[in-house]
Amino acid sequence: MLARLKARGAYLAIAPLLVLVVLAPFDWFLGDYTTLLIFMGIHTMVTVGLCLLMGYTGQVSLGQAAFYGLGAYGSAILTTKYDVNPWLAMVSAAAITGAFAYIVGYLIFRLKGNYLAMATLGLGLVIVILFEQLDGLTNGVRGITGIPRLSIGDFVFDTAFRRYFLVWFFCLATLLLAQNMVRSRTGRALRAIHGSEAAAESIGVNSAQFKVKIFVLGAVFASLAGSLYAHNVFYVSPGRFGFLFSVMLVVMAVIGGLASIWGAIFGTAVVRLLSDKLLIELGGWDMIIYGLILIAVMIFVPQGLFVGLRDTYERWRLRRTRRGAVT
Amino acid sequence: MSLDLIVQSVISGLSQGSVYALVGLGFTIVFTVTGIINFAQGEFVMLGGMLSWVFFRLYGVPQVPALILAVMVATVVGALLYLLAIRSARKASVVSLIIITIGASILIRGIVSEIWREDFVRNGTDVVRPPYFTGENPLHFLGASIEPQRLWIVGTTIFVAIALHLFFSYTMVGKALRASSVNRVGASLSGINPRTMALIAFAMAAALGAIGGIVVAPQNTTYVEAGLMLGLNGFVAAAIGGFRSQLLTVAGGIGLGILEQFAIRVDWGPLSSGYADAIGLVVLVLVLLVRSGKLAAQERAS
Repeated sequence: MLARLKARGAYLAIAPLLVLVVLAPFDWFLGDYTTLLIFMGIHTMVTVGLCLLMGYTGQVSLGQAAFYGLGAYGSAILTTKYDVNPWLAMVSAAAITGAFAYIVGYLIFRLKGNYLAMATLGLGLVIVILFEQLDGLTNGVRGITGIPRLSIGDFVFDTAFRRYFLVWFFCLATLLLAQNMVRSRTGRALRAIHGSEAAAESIGVNSAQFKVKIFVLGAVFASLAGSLYAHNVFYVSPGRFGFLFSVMLVVMAVIGGLASIWGAIFGTAVVRLLSDKLLIELGGWDMIIYGLILIAVMIFVPQGLFVGLRDTYERWRLRRTRRGAVT
Repeated sequence: MSLDLIVQSVISGLSQGSVYALVGLGFTIVFTVTGIINFAQGEFVMLGGMLSWVFFRLYGVPQVPALILAVMVATVVGALLYLLAIRSARKASVVSLIIITIGASILIRGIVSEIWREDFVRNGTDVVRPPYFTGENPLHFLGASIEPQRLWIVGTTIFVAIALHLFFSYTMVGKALRASSVNRVGASLSGINPRTMALIAFAMAAALGAIGGIVVAPQNTTYVEAGLMLGLNGFVAAAIGGFRSQLLTVAGGIGLGILEQFAIRVDWGPLSSGYADAIGLVVLVLVLLVRSGKLAAQERAS
């Protein structure tokens, strides 16, 4: 019953979400939050990959910002230095990042939790070092400027309004793709692994292979998001893709809920609002607040804040309908 | 490669690697006793160094008490980490525990940078250097110049390693810790409280990190983000020891330190010393490749 309610809820959630997404950028609806909403869309793409990774593989990546950075730098380098078509650059960057993640995942996923976390943490640091040191390619700490705008034919995504729709088109496509994957054979295999890895393996599920798949998918999502970021701010520099951003992405995923796809939007929205509105006024304090959020959520609702709240609500609703049926 | 360059690299590497060894020992002790990797381990090195500067420079505490106080405060923070966060999440999964300790890590960093932010501004930079333990004049040995502080770092590490060995071999608490790392259930059946042991392990690991921090900060300086790299390299040392062997952890840490110094001091052509921070990760990947079968078997067994 709970499962069926959940399944229906997930599809029902899409319609109002779509309306919200379409209305949001208009000034008369929310006021001028377009830039914030663009970043929300971009970061949601990264967060959903992390939510899947944490929820279905029981592992966490502390270097997701590096994959995001690879996408951003890939697009920036290919378009500014080699005059590659931006769309082609985006796809190439995603392919390179995916291949890279596959190698890392292949090496690490034979081991449990702690090693992937530390290896991705190290990877995140090393990628930033590469961005700083490969001066000829990346302009070092000065970063790359003059990244072109995206366009389809003569239609250029120049205004924030147009870029907003582009970003959210990608974001929703990512979410739907993730949703379909979770409901497919792969998804069922992953849930089986989550239930009991030994049992799943005994009926022929290659758990390591599925986990690597999720990891690669998350890296590709992050890379695409990074490319969109580069084409939105037209400038990339190494400082943007460091450890703190990786931790912030984990905060988004933790608030959104592990294994939750639609929670990713919620988590990202909360963190973006926190850091862009509240914390700027507080001046600092962000590390303290994010640290406290991570600890508190993991102690009290280890499945993630959004999922925890949803489950509580659904259990309450279920109890109410049952009581209604009896009387 | 000239002789003085080799001597210089080895000696600098010994002192640098000593700190990785201390951090690695912290990882190993916590992991063997509780099965947890404490991702905040590096922050205790930062805390040790930072607090010794804060107590000495800002609050005018004499040097030796300032150092002792710094280690004590860091130890208390380590104990609090266990009492407030880890113990409350009793049935937590590996991912939850990683995220909790990562949360603790940035929380500690955030608190340090908030409390002393204005002092860093007044200081002109947030990179601080507590005073040397003894003189600044480098000693000369086989054409290499050695800062006295490096001798302090190596000496302290040797002293701590021997003290740890004696503690684990001859004291009741040390033996109890060893027992619960061999078999947690068996140990608790014979009256060893696993929670007390976990508390001791976390506090000890914090103290080890902070000791590393107070001896290395005068040499390398320290700053709020310093714990990240030190934590990673300490993890590499612990991985070399398989999160089990203290001897291999120490050897691994020192080996990594020496490797790193060779990378920084020797001219490798197009590869600048800016890449030196990547060495820890490269070694980690190699260790995981070599040991992955063994580590995986060990995980299945536990």
